Amino acid sequence: MYNFEFEKPSSIADAVAALGGDEAQALGGGQTLIPTLKQRLASRTTLISLSNIPEMQGICTGDDGALCIGGATTHGAVASGAGAYPGLAALAGHIGDPAVRNRGTIGGSLANNDPSACYPAAALASGATLVTNTREIASDDYFLGMFETALEEGEIITEVRFPIPEVSHYEKFVQPASRFALVGVMVAKFADGVRVAITGASEEGVFRWTEVEAALSANFSPDALDGLTLDADNMIGDLHGSKEYRAHLCGVIAKRAVVKAA
Amino acid sequence: MPKDGDIKSGIGASSKRREDVRFLTGNGNYTDDINIRGQAYVFFLRSDVAHGTLNSVDTSAASAMPGVVQIFTGADFEAVGGIPCGWEVTDKHGQPMQEPKHPVLAHGKVRHVGEPIAAVVADSLEQARDAAEAIEVDISELPAVINMKDAFKEGATKVHDDLTSNLCYDWGFVEENKGAVEEAFKNAHHVTTLDLVNNRLVANPMEPRVAIGDYARSDEQHTLYTTSQNPHVIRLLMGAFVLGIPEHKLRVVAPDVGGGFGTKIFHYQEEAFCTFAAKACNRPVKWTSSRSEAFMSDAHGRDHVTTIQLALDKDNNFTALRTDTLANMGAYLSTFASSVPTWLHGTLMAGNYKTPLIYVNVKAMFTNTVPVDAYRGAGRPEATYQIERVIDMAARELGADPVALRRQNYVTEFPYATPVAVEYDTGDYHSTMDKLEEIGDFSGFEARRKESEAKGKWRGLGINNYIEACGIAPSNLVGQLGARAGLYDAATVRVNATGSISVMVGAHSHGQGHETAFPQVVADMIGIDESQIDIVHGDTSKIPFGMGTYGSRSLAVCGSAMVRATEKIIAKAKKIAAHLLEASDTDIELKDGMFSVAGTDKSVAWGDVTLAAYVPHNYPLEDIEPGLEETAFYDPSNFTYPAGAYACEVEVDPDTGKVTIERFAAADDFGNVINPMIVSGQVHGGIAQGVGQALLEGCSYDQESGQLLTGSYMDYAMPRADDLPFYSVDHSCQTPCTHNPLGVKGCGEAGAIGSPPSVVNAVIDALHSGGKKVAHIDMPLTPDRVWNAINNA
Ligand SMILES: Cc1cc2nc3c(=O)[nH]c(=O)nc-3n(C[C@H](O)[C@H](O)[C@H](O)COP(=O)(O)OP(=O)(O)OC[C@H]3O[C@@H](n4cnc5c(N)ncnc54)[C@H](O)[C@@H]3O)c2cc1C
Repeated sequence: MYNFEFEKPSSIADAVAALGGDEAQALGGGQTLIPTLKQRLASRTTLISLSNIPEMQGICTGDDGALCIGGATTHGAVASGAGAYPGLAALAGHIGDPAVRNRGTIGGSLANNDPSACYPAAALASGATLVTNTREIASDDYFLGMFETALEEGEIITEVRFPIPEVSHYEKFVQPASRFALVGVMVAKFADGVRVAITGASEEGVFRWTEVEAALSANFSPDALDGLTLDADNMIGDLHGSKEYRAHLCGVIAKRAVVKAA
Repeated sequence: MPKDGDIKSGIGASSKRREDVRFLTGNGNYTDDINIRGQAYVFFLRSDVAHGTLNSVDTSAASAMPGVVQIFTGADFEAVGGIPCGWEVTDKHGQPMQEPKHPVLAHGKVRHVGEPIAAVVADSLEQARDAAEAIEVDISELPAVINMKDAFKEGATKVHDDLTSNLCYDWGFVEENKGAVEEAFKNAHHVTTLDLVNNRLVANPMEPRVAIGDYARSDEQHTLYTTSQNPHVIRLLMGAFVLGIPEHKLRVVAPDVGGGFGTKIFHYQEEAFCTFAAKACNRPVKWTSSRSEAFMSDAHGRDHVTTIQLALDKDNNFTALRTDTLANMGAYLSTFASSVPTWLHGTLMAGNYKTPLIYVNVKAMFTNTVPVDAYRGAGRPEATYQIERVIDMAARELGADPVALRRQNYVTEFPYATPVAVEYDTGDYHSTMDKLEEIGDFSGFEARRKESEAKGKWRGLGINNYIEACGIAPSNLVGQLGARAGLYDAATVRVNATGSISVMVGAHSHGQGHETAFPQVVADMIGIDESQIDIVHGDTSKIPFGMGTYGSRSLAVCGSAMVRATEKIIAKAKKIAAHLLEASDTDIELKDGMFSVAGTDKSVAWGDVTLAAYVPHNYPLEDIEPGLEETAFYDPSNFTYPAGAYACEVEVDPDTGKVTIERFAAADDFGNVINPMIVSGQVHGGIAQGVGQALLEGCSYDQESGQLLTGSYMDYAMPRADDLPFYSVDHSCQTPCTHNPLGVKGCGEAGAIGSPPSVVNAVIDALHSGGKKVAHIDMPLTPDRVWNAINNA
């Protein structure tokens, strides 16, 4: 790790101001950023911690019934506090291990947009809205590819608003070493249709499987997936699974998600 | 036979591990816990290419950086010896192996990713790291030799320019049998052939390696604190062969060590560097490996590519076995690398079976990868895996029952001289298999298979036997085989004036529980409480010259030395007691810590005798010396041969290829057992590592660039608690070793040796029960690999 300055503002406004400084970067739970700094794969002059900003903490229900989660809320807090959206609480409860869940934050995870991370699938399948210090971004416009998002330099996620589905389930098939998702599928059934988002599989990061959404909207049962397949070409192929394997797993895991959601 | 728990103290008692009090409360004293006033820190700049010519290493800018004490490069070590290999293997033509120089810091060339090029010593680690980034290294990259088959090809790029090829040796064993083996294969009724890979592993002890060099100008005394399984071996190798420091000026301390698994046996460059630099800089120099460094600098394990063939006659008797192996040495020969695929592997190729003819060929290859050396089991897991996989395959091809086929071919008469040069002293393979059938509930398996089927899962049962050889010895024999060290061990029993005892042992405990088990033996012999006895280990200035802990040798070899020394103590104490009781020492009996004259009620307590030895007022000074301290060295006359039978039951998810272990049973024969709880613990841990190898772990290099693809836990999968079932382990089948005084055999590696074949056999069985005729899948059996095998069947 290289030396850096550390600031811990107590309001969003102060954090945004501090992030305007030269080579400043937001620090959430540090579960991704700190290891990269330690390995000297990144260096920053100043880290601005978001962990002491009350406006960015906690879970509540919005006027429209959406579940609103502060951008600096930890996975552990979501696991225990998002009972109104059980599929999301369960997802948060299976991220990493207790140490990771007690520090890692929803804003950090969504800002990082690791192609194997869990929260991106939940945000996309829920049609969540990402609230930043400057605007609101629909999840459909937010994820731009592996580790790429619509966030501008210095923009921070202050809140994430999740419409609550009638039923939902996130099924995660773990990569054996990291236990991130080798393939993770979030299925969310709303009154006006079903949304399905897949993480871990694609070289383009989290994506919606629209054919399956249509099929499930017509018939919310695992049989609805029969015959639907994904092209292996755009899948990730690595030590832990070939492209073909991942394409195949998407179908298997999606079916299991439907079974468990129903 | 007493049940576990019946015996409350001494031999056979499950005494709680006393060392755990300090380990579990954070009071252990590990090498990294040691900080010496004025110490500096070293950061190693390591090669990020697998193979290249080192044109220049420019340290001028770096040397001027803040906090830098001194920067060292390969040139600074030209006058210093290379890191030695401790075993010279002779090839099938009678020629010695090719042995390249292994420099402390790379010189001229770099040969694997992670090889240290320069070492920066600075006031702080961060400063050392900053300065290392300012070193300008000019390397011309060369093609990397990663795959052993490529390395072997005519005209392949050479890892070492001064060697004739990448072949370290071509070993044939037993060369004289080769013709007869070929003949037997010609006449065979059935031949089963299997190509397999024994996957490369990274040992991953919880504590990474650490070394601290210290030097006292005043008396020219060097001290090395290091994470070692065998401090005396390090003192000998480093002092005599690398740095030229005589033993009396070199102390090596290995305090609490957080797991070794073989990878902390070896003498590493970092140890030599810290010792050397402490004198050069006149400051203590400390190095603590990061986990990333550990992946690319700790010696790896296994990495064999093998073809094995089994010949059978029409009645399913094994008639011959032959095996061809390419064994990866990595870029340099680590301390015992050369012995692992040869003497620790070839000699075990008979397994538990009376196959009359065996031929083993091993070609050891240099590649541009981290050196490969002993890892829990070392050679014996590779042998067991081949034998037990090929037998399973033969059973399937012949439609034979895998248990019956094994039983039919068991060695049943002992001692048994194998066709691969070793003699099994005792064993009873049927009884461990009987026990396995019971604890593994084989009779309930078909019902469980149906239950799984009903859930859409395929269930399989895999079994195997194993035999291993522990406490390798005797020294004169291993010397003939090429070992450059003796393989005895030593213990000093120091009885204190009031009767408490310190035992200084050559063995080193780094998780095995010696501090508990060793005192149980002495307590039992004298009849005093275990709490009266402590062992001292891990410091060459305190312990006799013993060879340390590896190869499940500690109790069998060092424990035997301790018994011998205690016998000497008792003999002398009896003389003192005889004097005090005014009797002849031949009439003195020792029981429950009391000396008595046979047939009388005259007695004197242990503590009174020991006090007399140190306060010799009423004492036979004209006949015996005061004091009560004895040393014994013990050189075993043979190996010990623990053996057993393992069973694994798995479920395979046909849709994902995921394997889950549902049941695991292990029936071991370790001979006599000193502490059953500790033995069970050793088996549990060993099975976890074996399951890790079978299902999860696999070290992988990019075949072109030689970059390590599994350089962290993000990609290298370690077994976790939820990957494992509850085990049924049993060690009630006991055929005591016939040639050591305790009748013990060793249990440290059995689990890791015995478990991989049963896991793989179980998965293959499960696939067959799902109608997929898959012959073999190479470890690790990841979901991806299993799914591919199902799909291609
Ligand atoms: C051992 C381990 C296991 C893990 N397993 C999983 C898993 O199974 N599934 C999974 O999904 N993840 C897993 N993770 C990742 C974990 O969830 C991280 O917490 C998460 O990816 C990053 O969140 P953070 O709060 O720690 O962010 P940090 O590491 O602090 O920051 C990450 C990035 O986000 C930026 N950032 C942080 N907060 C904000 C914000 N509010 N607005 C804008 N930008 C911000 C930072 O500047 C940085 O670029 C694991 C991590 C570890 C160490």
